[in-house]
Amino acid sequence: MAKKAVRKVVKKAVKKTAARKVSLPAYKAGNYATQHAVEQFLYKQAEVLDAKRWQDYIDLFTDEGVYWMPADPADRHWDGIPSIFAEDKNLMTVRMNRVLHPDAWSQRPLWGTNHVVGNVIVEKESPNGDVVVRSRFHMLELRRDTVRHFAGSYVHQLKKTPNGYRIKMQRVDMTNAQAAFEYVLQVWV
Amino acid sequence: MPDRNPPISKLVEPDRVHKSVYTDEQLFELEMERIHERVWIYCGHETQVKKPGDYYTVQIGRQPMVMVRGADGKVNVLYNRCPHRGAMICGDRHGNTGEFFRCSYHAWTFNHDGKLKNIPMMESGYQGTRWNRDNPDCNMKQAARVANYRGFVFASLVADGPSLVEFLGPSKIAFDDICDRAPEGEVEVVPNCFRVIQNSNWKIFLENQLDALHPSVTHQSTGRAARDVEVQIEKKTGHAPLAYHMLSAFSTVTIDKWDNFQTLNYPHGHCILAGYMGLRPQDPDTLAYEKTLVKAYGEKRKEEILSTNIHHVLIYPGLSVQSPLQQLRAVRPLGVNKTLTEIWHFRLKGAPEPIYRRALAYYNLVNSPATLINADDLENFWKIQTGLGSDGGDWVSFARHYGRDIEKDGVLETGEGMGTSEAPMRNQMKAWSEFMARA
Repeated sequence: MAKKAVRKVVKKAVKKTAARKVSLPAYKAGNYATQHAVEQFLYKQAEVLDAKRWQDYIDLFTDEGVYWMPADPADRHWDGIPSIFAEDKNLMTVRMNRVLHPDAWSQRPLWGTNHVVGNVIVEKESPNGDVVVRSRFHMLELRRDTVRHFAGSYVHQLKKTPNGYRIKMQRVDMTNAQAAFEYVLQVWV
Repeated sequence: MPDRNPPISKLVEPDRVHKSVYTDEQLFELEMERIHERVWIYCGHETQVKKPGDYYTVQIGRQPMVMVRGADGKVNVLYNRCPHRGAMICGDRHGNTGEFFRCSYHAWTFNHDGKLKNIPMMESGYQGTRWNRDNPDCNMKQAARVANYRGFVFASLVADGPSLVEFLGPSKIAFDDICDRAPEGEVEVVPNCFRVIQNSNWKIFLENQLDALHPSVTHQSTGRAARDVEVQIEKKTGHAPLAYHMLSAFSTVTIDKWDNFQTLNYPHGHCILAGYMGLRPQDPDTLAYEKTLVKAYGEKRKEEILSTNIHHVLIYPGLSVQSPLQQLRAVRPLGVNKTLTEIWHFRLKGAPEPIYRRALAYYNLVNSPATLINADDLENFWKIQTGLGSDGGDWVSFARHYGRDIEKDGVLETGEGMGTSEAPMRNQMKAWSEFMARA
């Protein structure tokens, strides 16, 4: 490739990266309360998952809430495209009932998880108190004698209710999901 | 150490198979040589590589290959290997290579048909050597044969043997059924595929595909769980989405109902599980879709197409197709106890969106890496693979309804009420021994 052409390609790539720069919302003093409340919510969610309290987890969602793990990080909307998970409350209930069924063979062996959530950034807070929050997770899973690591990012769209936050949409971009699956995910990450 | 395994000719009996067929590494190598690297293997759909230079890498047996669209529109299948020092040309799983392939090691370039385009310093560095454009050894090697059936691209790594259509025989109905269901007679792949690893031998997966007895045992938990929610939704709204039916059928279709299905077993190991998949409710979506088919094909042909009675088609040795739901699983053996499945689904060209949504629901719920169904299959496969390593027994049995198959013109059919017959496994292993006997 001619030098000029190379320069052009590099310039284009730099521009593309710049366009993808993430937004960092400026902190105002009043935001700390939101930050704290949101973090507590995410920690509670992690605890509920690790404790296998599946109904409590489903109850964290609004009636129209959706749990979504896209197949492709470029996907923007959950409906009508291939996804690893794309579940409303009804489908989540199917998954819960299945996991709890005594003949769910793949669920019989000992397994457990440990979620750590961090890098919590409140992306947007609406006047009605609803928030969009980004975070990162790291999950260790033990299944039979094997330890595996899963990591990625969450985007939660949370609705503020008198009983605390409820999830309108939980988007999970799991980094592992871009490689072949050496395992099958049986519950929400 | 003396070889404890019987010779190849003694490994397969009509109703049982020796365990080493699933566990022996030398046999695995021989399978790759005598089966996968000889017969027609599915590479991908032509819509995966729409534009010139678009490529997808694919494993055929042990060979890393690349399927690429040429500037002339032709789809080529090449060994993903530079003839210079052997480096793979394409390191990414898929992409666009531009007007030519270029090796990242010494910048040798190749056309989309693999032909050498240029070697840097060709004149000064290679004059008088064997390396020149007239020497075919300077090209990226092509698969010996490439053929396309209704958009589905296959390759064979040997020059001799039956043509693709001869090889497929009646099992080509898998692709006819997928394509004919489209008002435009064609399908388009939905990128990308799910890739799921099975910690088991490749044959264990194929044997499970047409095993009509296992769903109500293995998948009972999901069938029941889905049925409970389906009933709740029906109570509330009068009608539950078809997706719930797809899952609940795993418990509501009981073993005696599966026995009403039929298996058809063909030469080369291909098999069909015939049975209605319940995809033709008289709801507005289905009726609107049927109208588009009448417009495209006329009433009579529409009826023929929609009453095609297929649950599953297995194309030996590496493809499992569910044509009524436009999805397929391609099997790529990675080792004697490790197998990759690539799971694709397709959009019927010209069909209304809700019909695609059916295929998608099945794809997401049954075939995704968070599947409620295949998880329990994979658990079984791993248990089988591990159990077969034991000295607790030497044989795997395929005796269900053995001796009751009906032979008609070279096709082995299961009799009435014997849908759960192990005839498909017997047929696959018969083909296996025939392939393996050819040195």
